[in-house]
Amino acid sequence: MKITIINRLILLVMCHVAGYQIITGVEGLATLPMIAYTVGFGILLVAGLLIIILGYDALDSPVVVILSTVIPLSLSLGLVWENLARYQTLYLVFVILGFLAIVITRSFPMKTKLPVIVLACVHGIAGMTIFLLPFFLVFTGRVDPGFALVGLGGALIGLGGLLLSFLKTGKPILSRITILKILPGLLLVTTAAFVLGFSRA
Amino acid sequence: MAELVAKFRLYWSLTKSLQTGLLLATGLAGYMSARCPVMHWYDFLGLAVSLSLAIAGSTIINMWYDRDIDAVMNRTHHRPIADGRVAPAEALRLGLVFSVLGVGMATAMSPLYGLVVFAGLFFDVVIYTLWLKRRTCWSIIWGGIAGGMPILAGRVFGTGSIDGIGILLTLAVLFWIPTHILTFTMRYFDDYQAAKIPTFSSTYGFHSTRLTIAISSVVAAACIATAGILIGIEWGFLRLLAVLTGGLLILAVASIFRPSERVNFGLFKYASMYMLGAMLLISLSAL
Repeated sequence: MKITIINRLILLVMCHVAGYQIITGVEGLATLPMIAYTVGFGILLVAGLLIIILGYDALDSPVVVILSTVIPLSLSLGLVWENLARYQTLYLVFVILGFLAIVITRSFPMKTKLPVIVLACVHGIAGMTIFLLPFFLVFTGRVDPGFALVGLGGALIGLGGLLLSFLKTGKPILSRITILKILPGLLLVTTAAFVLGFSRA
Repeated sequence: MAELVAKFRLYWSLTKSLQTGLLLATGLAGYMSARCPVMHWYDFLGLAVSLSLAIAGSTIINMWYDRDIDAVMNRTHHRPIADGRVAPAEALRLGLVFSVLGVGMATAMSPLYGLVVFAGLFFDVVIYTLWLKRRTCWSIIWGGIAGGMPILAGRVFGTGSIDGIGILLTLAVLFWIPTHILTFTMRYFDDYQAAKIPTFSSTYGFHSTRLTIAISSVVAAACIATAGILIGIEWGFLRLLAVLTGGLLILAVASIFRPSERVNFGLFKYASMYMLGAMLLISLSAL
């Protein structure tokens, strides 16, 4: 399926929004969450550029499954590190092991359902963390209500990541055409929600 | 009037506007990197006009000289001189006028700046195109040095001297050129073979060429990053530069381990966006 000019423009705007977030960062962050957010938004940016250049063919690469998992993993790590001090080490271990598990299960052909289970678990936990943690922080009055937008972004990136991952595993939730049609808009809204949310941190 | 517009369009296509625009962007970024405490719009405009003229002039002269090659290659046989829409003598006159005006204007603005602009033109036209391009695949080095002259010229115009940062920025463009040109020569391999132009891929093979691209990408990125730090670019801009560099390196490595036409094309296009992005970051951070 060929990418339309409108979708290219939407992705270009998304890249600029992600680039803006990388440049401005989030005020007062420690080094690790800053790196984690930079990695998350950086992958969004570079992925956007590659889709603009190569069209949707860029999504055919086997690396897409891994990269689409790094985004929620890195963003959720930044959130946990900043807001749940007691769970920092535990979550960092989960991120490292989860990432390795996905790389390993995606690098060697397996006939079992293990790759899908690993993917769903890691993606699910990271996605739910980005989705729920901001709302929890807002409801407990620890952050500005606008920070809930990060949770909205988390829900959307989780949705996008799952759609792409299951499409790549051959068990698509929606048809390929539908996913590709909505993907640029979904990425833009997701990125914008993150950027607006983090600006209220 | 219609004739005039048609003529302008023909001349415009002789200048390779995208390539000229990218080189101009490097020149302007070089100037901005000097972070002059007082910037005058007429200096900026003068730099833009003189560089545009010199770059466009050398491009037109190159196209005039290479018209026989262009006529043989599928990708270029429709160019105005190759297909006869512009007479060779007319193109040469235009190229010389642009070049003389560009170098003359640059020299009037600052003798050292004029000298660097002239050096760029000389390396590009005389050393690269007239002398080496048809003889050796290593001519790309001189093409790279010529490509690095606009950014050095901009920096020289801003600082008044040739300094270490200027050399680093020049090296960054020099080492970026293989990523741009070698991917291009692989993509149009048959064209270059038909025109009997020696390229890295025809001389050393595709694998060695991809390895060269990957290594030169790393060196180019290191030069830009070092120059950025020395210039004093803020951390935010450096973070974005690191992200863009990461994309370039991933593509360069992918082209070695998972070579394909798609990755090659992606690397070629991404390299241009990377250079434009890096130049924008250097410029914006100076504001």
